[in-house]
Amino acid sequence: MNYEGKKRIWSEFQKEIPDDRYFYARSCIRQNFNPGAEQAFLDIVRNRFGKDFYEDPLHTTCGGIAYHSDTTPEETSMTIIARQFSLMNQAGYRNFVVSCVTSFGLHTEILQTWEEHPEIEAKIHELLWKACKREFTKPDFLMHSSDMMYHYRFLISEQARYPLINVHTGEPLKVVEHIGCHYSKIFPSKSVGGAEYPRVLAGLVEALGGSVVDYPERRHCCGFGFRQYLVKANRGYSLTNTYKKFESMEPFHPDLIITNCPGCNYFLDRWQYVIAETSGKTYGDTPGYGIPVLSSEEVSALVMGYDPWDLGLQMHQVAVEPLLDKMGVQYDKSRKYKGVGGKDLGIPASPANIRIF
Amino acid sequence: MGKIYERLMSDVRLQEGLKACINCGTCTAVCPAAEFYRYNPKNIVNIVQTQDDDEIIKLLKSDTIWYCGECMSCVTRCPRTNAPGQVIIALRTLSVELGYFVESEKGRQQYALAKVLCGNILNYGYCVHPETFKYAAHPEYGTVGKWIEDHLQDVYDRVGANYGKSGPGPLRKIAPESLEDLRKIFDVTGGSARVEKIKALSRKKAEEMGLSEEEYFNEVFNETHGEHLNQ
Repeated sequence: MNYEGKKRIWSEFQKEIPDDRYFYARSCIRQNFNPGAEQAFLDIVRNRFGKDFYEDPLHTTCGGIAYHSDTTPEETSMTIIARQFSLMNQAGYRNFVVSCVTSFGLHTEILQTWEEHPEIEAKIHELLWKACKREFTKPDFLMHSSDMMYHYRFLISEQARYPLINVHTGEPLKVVEHIGCHYSKIFPSKSVGGAEYPRVLAGLVEALGGSVVDYPERRHCCGFGFRQYLVKANRGYSLTNTYKKFESMEPFHPDLIITNCPGCNYFLDRWQYVIAETSGKTYGDTPGYGIPVLSSEEVSALVMGYDPWDLGLQMHQVAVEPLLDKMGVQYDKSRKYKGVGGKDLGIPASPANIRIF
Repeated sequence: MGKIYERLMSDVRLQEGLKACINCGTCTAVCPAAEFYRYNPKNIVNIVQTQDDDEIIKLLKSDTIWYCGECMSCVTRCPRTNAPGQVIIALRTLSVELGYFVESEKGRQQYALAKVLCGNILNYGYCVHPETFKYAAHPEYGTVGKWIEDHLQDVYDRVGANYGKSGPGPLRKIAPESLEDLRKIFDVTGGSARVEKIKALSRKKAEEMGLSEEEYFNEVFNETHGEHLNQ
């Protein structure tokens, strides 16, 4: 092997990630469905690693889902994002971190467009001033939250309480890594590892002790498709594509699916429930259970010993208990669906074909 | 070169996304939509390359351009670094600008999408929000989703969200001045005009179809009639 040649080829897909002073933009989908993941992410970076990670309450959606559902012009999203940059400038930060993959893709695309068409960037400066009397400069670095988990993977590993090892067999857990399409399919060079062989999740999984499953439809979309999910009449598109992925990964008996996209996380979790309830089929290696689907933040936090219910893993439809038991995580089953201070919130109805605890 | 084609080419996404397609069909081979719908991105790119306005107008009035999921898997694999997914976004933009979207079943769905998504952005500051994301319209949210909805504040409080309150945190209440900024951004960038155009043309179409606005919303959101599937 020509090592130097290989190194040169891969150099395009290395990503420089700064080590401190981050500005955070939240994800619409993650806040709705897995808000505990965002809180754990900030807590890990701020309090476990002692980094400066700022969130301005005045920031908003970037409008990415509306843009990719073709309801808003690109200038609208560009100007909303320019406003976020302005908030970042005002707070004195230069490193912009987004939690959402759609948002990361859109930020990347917009920065690229401005690079190639400075006249468009000039127009957005005018529009932002006209609308909000604000000015902005672009960030020095743009990261997705999974870039951060990758960057800190060895620090996470150093603090690992429950690595991705099956405590019953001593074997690495088999992990499917699913990368959200807009993380690297549009601009591969802006990611960790590119689009064909992305390292962002695989590198994290390996650092935490797991083994990565390679399967035929590894790079296939989860099926979100924006309008193809958001409009009820189109939802078969979304379900069908998820089904295709599960049928493809099934022979490899994964213990866990790790994602970096809040939407993919939701779809790979919820469509397992729909497949089970409509066809009776479940994909977990324990009959009646699905394959747990966790984000890179949730996996990292779990490995570091965060309580699964503080993390919000009860908000997933697919039961995470089989994974917790394999990892040897200590948890209190009776607290899963309790509120603050043990408040009784009842429990979700049990589906016919897939277990929720 | 026709005027419609010329207008299409003024879109930077098309300028960047279509440079001498060689018709290899790689985009179609990897496309999640092509497997599910009667959809072939290669053919769409071919039609655009003909520069024939009549053919492009047919496309703008068809269901075809609305089948794509904008995952952009085609972008990675195209050997000419084209972006059929970006061509689709440009076509959809033009279909709305020219009012052709109401001529197809899938195009008419823009009414529901614009109403819900832009409503969420302008009313709450989020694309998705618990006030409008309901189990009834999303039964796949599951029994856990139903439980979350039934105990919304308690569940969000339990996992450290800041639902509906001021200050930072997940699902915080977006301050009125930020919502006002969003409204002004929509106004000056053409976002408000786009939404109003979609609504006005949809209301007109609803009348033509003999439906009230609510019936029209339910029709476009819930129903599917045509031969869309690739089976």
